[in-house]
Amino acid sequence: MPRVLLIEDDPAVRRGVVLGLSRNGHETEAVGTGEDGLEALAAFKPDLVLLDLMLPGMSGLEVCGRIRETSRLPIVILSARGDDMDVVIGLEAGADDYVVKPASAAVIEARMRAVLRRVAPAQADIGAAAGCTTVGDLEIDRDALIARKRGAELPLAPSELKLLLFLSAAPERTFSRRQLLEDIWEHSYYGDARLVDACVMRLRAKIEEDPRHPVYVQTVRGFGYRFGPLPA
Amino acid sequence: MRLVFPRGLRPRLVVAFLLVAALSALITAALTFRQARSAILDRTQNSAVRDLRLQIESLAPNLPPDPTPTDLRTFARQLDRASGSRGWHTAVSRDGGPLIGTADEIGGTLRAATKDGDTTYYERVERTGDPRLLIGMPVTYTSRGDGAEKPSGLVVYAVLSLHGERADISALITAAWAGAVPTLAFAVVPALFAARRVLRPVRQLRTAAQKITSGALDTRLDVVGKDELAALTSTFNTMAATVERDDAELRRMEANARRFAADVSHELRTPLAAMAAVTDALDEDARSGTLPPDTADAVLLISDETRKLAVMVEDLMEISRFDAGSAVLQLDDVSLRTVIHKTLQLRGWREPDEVITELPEGDPRIRVDARRIDVVLANLIGNALRHGTAPVTVRATSTPEAVVIEVADHGPGIPDDVLPHVFDRFYKADAARSRSEGSGLGLAIATENVRLHDGTLTAANLPDHGAVFTVTLPHQPAPEDPS
Repeated sequence: MPRVLLIEDDPAVRRGVVLGLSRNGHETEAVGTGEDGLEALAAFKPDLVLLDLMLPGMSGLEVCGRIRETSRLPIVILSARGDDMDVVIGLEAGADDYVVKPASAAVIEARMRAVLRRVAPAQADIGAAAGCTTVGDLEIDRDALIARKRGAELPLAPSELKLLLFLSAAPERTFSRRQLLEDIWEHSYYGDARLVDACVMRLRAKIEEDPRHPVYVQTVRGFGYRFGPLPA
Repeated sequence: MRLVFPRGLRPRLVVAFLLVAALSALITAALTFRQARSAILDRTQNSAVRDLRLQIESLAPNLPPDPTPTDLRTFARQLDRASGSRGWHTAVSRDGGPLIGTADEIGGTLRAATKDGDTTYYERVERTGDPRLLIGMPVTYTSRGDGAEKPSGLVVYAVLSLHGERADISALITAAWAGAVPTLAFAVVPALFAARRVLRPVRQLRTAAQKITSGALDTRLDVVGKDELAALTSTFNTMAATVERDDAELRRMEANARRFAADVSHELRTPLAAMAAVTDALDEDARSGTLPPDTADAVLLISDETRKLAVMVEDLMEISRFDAGSAVLQLDDVSLRTVIHKTLQLRGWREPDEVITELPEGDPRIRVDARRIDVVLANLIGNALRHGTAPVTVRATSTPEAVVIEVADHGPGIPDDVLPHVFDRFYKADAARSRSEGSGLGLAIATENVRLHDGTLTAANLPDHGAVFTVTLPHQPAPEDPS
């Protein structure tokens, strides 16, 4: 069972979530501040971080950024903010998904599972060939689940890698944002499509030469996104 | 608050002003004319009488003591000749006898008046447009003995034409008109000016009242002068200030109430988050049979109610976001068919047992916030399933202007006294009805979501039982870049 690090300042929520997750068999470590969380990262070696955004001292956003500097650890935001602008900023800072409090343990569990899945479940339907594919400067290794750009491995967060694998498995096919939301994030059709936009933005920043004029992950106005085709 | 002037204050003021001006000009002209006319006539009359007397006094001594008609004729002729520029005609009568001379037309009244006395009489006659002055002057002589004037029994009558004087008077009338007409024309200028002065504050008041009506409660007017209009303006300002203060107070109170609701629901979320995280564990244990039956029931009750509380708080938060104006549309191009089917699929509503869909041909794409439309549809269909009987009909039509989605059930319909309130917050048709049906905010949230799309949500009863809710969503403007 995956090991979960919970960074949450409210003791009751901390206890409740730890209780709920432990029931599902997770080994859970809970801390109350961002600073403690960054420390516990090295000691506890979690498989996933559940991060509250409203923290005393170092904010959740800052913690998110600090984790992303060094690691591709899956991060799920646990948000209680009424105004969900913070969620978008958190996603842009590198979080993979978010859960709005109050949420039952089952919902949190489902989110974590989706993020931890190495490839999108729908990928099998597309019938993506395993092995290496090279597109332009990009090299995508579906077996090792690694993407390289001019030979250098790209530090892609789980959701970014999954998005790249998913889109590149069906080059030049356009996927709507809702479809990506369902297939990659395993959200409902009516989930928050900004999740997709934020992830596309982060992915472009890492794989594109010029993120404002993307060639790999292209926008199809009014429909969604597609992989390629590269300009001749 | 419209100010309606049946015929306009300005024309009325100008007309009144002109009437006053015309009346005063007329009175002045009439008085002046009368005065001038009598002055002219009196002067002519006096000088004619004086001249005539002078002539008579110089010529009468030449008459023999007992003049014959021939003497009298000569006397009259001499008088005529001496008339000079006046051009009078004279006639002489002795002791009331026949007139001898060139003057005719001497009326009986004048003759009767001068018959016995020694006083000069005159009268003005106008015959066939020719005004004349008639003078009757008895001739006296001075007695040698005592020097007293004695009547001689002779009366000289003279007839003068007043044609020249008449011309003078006509000129006076012409001059009076010539003065009055430009005066009246000129009076229009001060009349307009005065009307403008009076009407400007009135117009400003009207503009200000319109501004206040349209919501600019900080509208104030400058108070100029100390007249009644200034007092009105000042009262208007006081009224506007009062309205503005009351409005601000009401808004503040309402904002406070709304912020309170938002704060409360926000504060409730944290303990709920802790509780919600363990409800699954509670359910699991309560159903496992390891707990005493009473405890298991209590535990299930707590976890059920916790979930409902969470939904209710979520709805409150949602309504608070609408109230605070912080709800934003996340527009997306989606297929109408997919939107409706996904809503049914997510809620586990089966077709066609529970829901019958009638969708337009060709599956139009619509630009909406899919999550919000799902909330609306789920609420309407859920309500229809609860209050009516399955199947519920969802009928969507697409026109060039809008997409219309109708949700109709076959239930008893909505009572007439409830219909106007179905979209009210926390409105319960039946006070005794259990609250298990939701937070009481469902339709209010649905309305707000539709309104956010610039659309409308209406409720009505079908003629043959059942209620129908109609969502009208106008087509959104051109899609923007989803990147």
